[in-house]
Amino acid sequence: MIAVVESIPTPPVAWSALVPILAFTGAALLLLLVSALTPRRLPRGTYAVVTVLASAVAMGGAVGTWLQVTDTAKGPYTVISGALTIDGFTAFLTVVIAAGLALSALLADGTLRRQGVHGPEPYVLLLLSASGGLVMAMANDLIVLFLGLEVLSISLYVLAGMNARRSASRESAMKYFVLGAFSSAFLLYGIALTYGATGSTNLTSIHNFLAADLPQKEGLLLAGFALLLVGLGFKVSAAPFHVWTPDVYQGAPTPITAFMASVSKAAAFGALLRVFVVTFSGYNADWQPLIAALAVLTLLVGALFAIVQDDVKRMMAYSSIGHAGFILVGVQLASQQGTSSALFYLIAYTFLVVGSFGVIAVVGGDDEGHHPLSDYRGLSSRRPGLALTFTVLLLAQAGVPLTSGFLAKFYVIGAAVQAGTYWLAVVAMLSAVIAAFLYLRIVVAMYMADPEDATDEPAAGPARRPTARLAIGVRVAVGLALAFTLVVGILPDRVVGWADDAVPVLTTVRH
Amino acid sequence: MTEPGFPLLTSLVVVPVVGALLVALVPRSRPEIARLVGVATSAVVGALSIWMLTQFDRHDGDFQFTAQYKWIERLGISWHVGIDGISLFLVVLTAVLFPIALAGVKPHHDTKSYTAWLLVLEAGCMGVFVALDLFLFFVMFEIVLVPMYFLIGGWGYGERVHAATKFFLFTMFGSAFMLVGIVATAWLHQRASGGPITFDLVTIAQSQSIAATSARWLFVSFAIAFAVKVPLFPLHTWLPDAHTQAPTAGSVILAGVMLKLGTYGFLRFGLYLFPAAAVWAAPVLVTLAVIGITYGAVVAAVQRDLKRLVAYSSVAHLGFIVLGTFALTNQGLTGGVLQMINHGVSTGALFLLVGMIYERRHTRMISELGGLQRPAPLLAGAFMVVMLSSIGLPLLNGFVGEYLILLGSFATRRWWTVVAAAGVILAAVYLLWAYQRVFHGEPDEANASMPDLNWGEGLILAPLLAAIIFIGVYPKPVLERIEPSVERLVAHVEEHSSYRQPIPPLPTPPNATGSSSSGDGKGGGE
Repeated sequence: MIAVVESIPTPPVAWSALVPILAFTGAALLLLLVSALTPRRLPRGTYAVVTVLASAVAMGGAVGTWLQVTDTAKGPYTVISGALTIDGFTAFLTVVIAAGLALSALLADGTLRRQGVHGPEPYVLLLLSASGGLVMAMANDLIVLFLGLEVLSISLYVLAGMNARRSASRESAMKYFVLGAFSSAFLLYGIALTYGATGSTNLTSIHNFLAADLPQKEGLLLAGFALLLVGLGFKVSAAPFHVWTPDVYQGAPTPITAFMASVSKAAAFGALLRVFVVTFSGYNADWQPLIAALAVLTLLVGALFAIVQDDVKRMMAYSSIGHAGFILVGVQLASQQGTSSALFYLIAYTFLVVGSFGVIAVVGGDDEGHHPLSDYRGLSSRRPGLALTFTVLLLAQAGVPLTSGFLAKFYVIGAAVQAGTYWLAVVAMLSAVIAAFLYLRIVVAMYMADPEDATDEPAAGPARRPTARLAIGVRVAVGLALAFTLVVGILPDRVVGWADDAVPVLTTVRH
Repeated sequence: MTEPGFPLLTSLVVVPVVGALLVALVPRSRPEIARLVGVATSAVVGALSIWMLTQFDRHDGDFQFTAQYKWIERLGISWHVGIDGISLFLVVLTAVLFPIALAGVKPHHDTKSYTAWLLVLEAGCMGVFVALDLFLFFVMFEIVLVPMYFLIGGWGYGERVHAATKFFLFTMFGSAFMLVGIVATAWLHQRASGGPITFDLVTIAQSQSIAATSARWLFVSFAIAFAVKVPLFPLHTWLPDAHTQAPTAGSVILAGVMLKLGTYGFLRFGLYLFPAAAVWAAPVLVTLAVIGITYGAVVAAVQRDLKRLVAYSSVAHLGFIVLGTFALTNQGLTGGVLQMINHGVSTGALFLLVGMIYERRHTRMISELGGLQRPAPLLAGAFMVVMLSSIGLPLLNGFVGEYLILLGSFATRRWWTVVAAAGVILAAVYLLWAYQRVFHGEPDEANASMPDLNWGEGLILAPLLAAIIFIGVYPKPVLERIEPSVERLVAHVEEHSSYRQPIPPLPTPPNATGSSSSGDGKGGGE
C-alpha cells in the first residue's frame, strides 16, 4: 500500500475511520429523504430516535477507532491524504460530540414540538452541524478545519432562528450569523497568513516546517496565530470575543442553546488543542501568554457578569463562558496533562450544560420568551425532583465535590500546578468562587424564596405555570446528565484514564 | 495499629448516608417516620462511636482503626481513614451531638428534608475527622457546606438567605486556596520523592520531602482555608451571621462540630504536614488568635441578641484553641484538643438553651428577657452550669482546657498568654452580665409565664451537662488518650524543624513528660 500510494490519483479512504461522520450525514440525508417522500407526518419522536441512533453508531465507531489507535501495533494514522487525523483524541471528542448531539436531540423532541416547530429540519441540521464538529475535531489541515467550522456554523445559524415566529429567535440567528461570519473571516485570514509563513496548510507539514527551520517571516506567523485565536476564540466564546454568547444563547430555542454550548464548544476546543498545543508546539512561548490572558479574562468575565444577570438563560450563558475559561487554562498549559484535563472538562461540562438547559427548557415552558429568575421561585415545592436535579447540576458547575464538575476543575488545577503556573490555578479557583454565587442565587430562588410556598404540600401547591407532564425525551436527557454527573463524580477512574490516553498526535511517523 | 475486621470508621461515614437515603424514601406526609429514622440512624452512629472509644488503645499515639480502599488509582487517591487521640474525641463529639441535635430540636416545616440534610452533614463531618487522604479530606471539608447551606437557608431565621450565602462563599473562598495547595503538595511530593503520585497524608507527612520555601507557601494556602473555618480574626465575619440565623440544630452543629474542622485542620494538615512551616507561621497565627480572643470578648459584651452573643463568644474560644495549638508545647496542644471538645459541648448546650428560650418567648433580645429564673429555675440552673463552664470555672470542663492552654503557651509565648488570660476575665464579664440580665430581676408579664424545661428537654441536656462536670472533675480518661498523639505530633514537629520545646515550666520528674501534663490536668480538676 505504501508503494502504490503515489500512482493512484484518488487517495485511499479508510472508511471504517469515518463511521461517525458517515453516520451523521447519512442519518441527515435519510431523514430529509424519508420526510420528503412520506405524505404524512412521521410518528412523534421518530426524528429524535433516528438522531440518537446515529449518535450511538458514531460512538460505536469511536470505540472501534479507540481500540485501533490504542493498539500499540497500529497507532494513530491519517486518512484521505492526511486531511483527517484518527487518534485517541478524535475518538474521545467523537464521543463528546455524539453525546451532546443525542442529549440535545432528546431535549429538542420534548420542547420544540410544543413550540410549534415540527418536521425533520432541526434534527437534520443538528446532525449536519455535529458532523461539521467532528471534522473540526479531526482536521489535520487548516482548510479542512475551516470547512468543518463552516458546516457546523451555517447549520447553527439556521437552528438559532428555528423558531421564526419569535423575534428573539430571529434576532439571535441574525446576530450569530453576522458575528460568526466576521469570525470566520478572521480564521480564514489567519489560515492564509500561516500558510504564507510556513508554505502549507497541513498541520503535519506546518509542524515539521516550524521544527526544521526558523520561518523567515516570523511576524506573519505570529499574526497568523493571533487571527486563528480570534476565530476559534469566537467559537469557544472566550472573552473578549464572547459578546454574542448571552444574546444568542438567550434567543435561540433552548435545546439549540444546549447544542451550541456543548457540541460547538467541544469541536472548537478540539481544533484549538490540535492547532496550538500540537502543531505550534515549538512556539509555546509566543502563544501561551496570549491564551493565558484570554483564559483569565474569560474566567473573570464569565464569573463577574454572570452574577448580575436576572435571566437564567443569560446566567447560564455567562457561566458557560466561565467554563470556557477553565478549559482555556488547560489549553494554555501546552502539556499532556493540560490537554487531558481540558478533555475531561469538556465531557463533564457537556453533560452538565445539556442537563441544565434541559431543566431550563422545562421551566421556561412553551413561550420561551424570557427566563426570569422569578420563574424558579418555589420550584422545589412544585417539582421537587426537577429542583433537586437542577441543584445537583448547578452545584456540580460550581465545583462541589462528588460531582463531575468538581473533578473537572480538580484536573485543570492539577495540570496547572504540575506546569508550575500556580497563579493561574488560584485565579481560576477564585473565579469559581465568584461564579458559585450565581448558582446559589438560582438555588435560593428554588428553595428559599417563598417560605409560604415551601410549606405547602406539593400536591396542592400553587402553580404559576401549568405543570404539564415532562416529555419523555427531556426526562431521559436530564436523567442521563444527572447520572453521568454523579457517577463520574464519585467513580471517575475510568473516564480519567480515557482522557489521559486521548492526547492528540501528529502522525509524523507513518506506520 | 489495630486491624478490626469490621470497617468501623468507614461505617461511621456510610451509616448516616444510608440513613439520609432512607429518610428520602419516606413519604412527605409522614414526617414523624422521617424523624424517627433520623434519630435512630444517628443513635446507631453514636453507639458505634462509643464502642470505638472502648476499643481505642490509649497508649498508642499512632493512627488506629485504619482502613484503606482504592478509589481513584490513577491519581493515587484512596479512601484512607484512621483516627488517633486528636481526632478520637472529635469523632465521639460529632456522633453524640448529632442525635442530640436531631432529637432535641423539631423543625417547623419539611421535617423530611431537614432530617436528611442533617444526616448528610453528619457523614461529612465524620469524613473530615477520619480522613487520612488529602483528597478525601478536601471532599469532606467541602461537602459539608451543602447541607449546612440548605439548613441555614431553609430553616433559619430572618436574614437566613444572606447568612447562608455568606457562609458558603466565605468557606469556598478559603477552600479555593486549599485545593490548589493540596494538588501542589501531592505534585511537589511526587517530584521530590520520585515515587508515584499520592494524596496519602501519612506518606507525605512522614517523608517531608517538600522544600522549605514551597512548604511555607503550601502551609499558607491551607491556613487560609482553616482560618476562615475556625474562624480567625479578620476572616470571622461569616460566623455571627451564620450562627444567629441558623436553626437551633444548625447552630449546635455549627458551633459544636463544624468550627472544629478548622482547628482540627490546623493540627492534622498544618502541623503534621508542614511542621517547619507551621513553626515559621506560628507568631502570626498566635497573634491573630489573641486578637480574636479579646476582640470576640469585647464584641460579645455589647451584643443585644443573646444568640449573637454566644456566637461571638465562639470567636474568643476558638482563639484560645489556636493559641494552644501554635504554642507548640505538649500542654498547649493537649489543652487545645480538649478545649475543642469542651467548646463543642458547652457552646452546643448554650445554643440549645438559647433555642429553648426562643421557642418559648419568640425573641432573643436580651432587653426583652429578664427574670427568667423565677418561672424556669431548671432552665436557669442548666444555663448557669453551661455558662460557667464556658467562662472556665474550676471543676467544670472549660477550666481544664483553658488552664492547659495558658500553661502551655506561657512557656513559649509569654506576653500573648498574658493578653489571652485577660480574655478569660472578659468572658466572665460578658457571660455573667448576660446571665444577670436574662435570668435575674423581676420578670415582666410575658416572661413570668414562661414554662420550665420539660422531661424531654432535660434528657437532651443531661448528657452534655454530665460531660461538662465529668471532664471538669476527672479529665484523666480524656487526657490520657489525647496525650500520646499530641506528644507524637510535637516530636514530629521537633524532628523536622529547628524548634525545640522548652522544658516544662512546672517541676516534673525527669523522663516523664507524658505524665506531667496529665498531672497538670488533674491538678486543674482538683
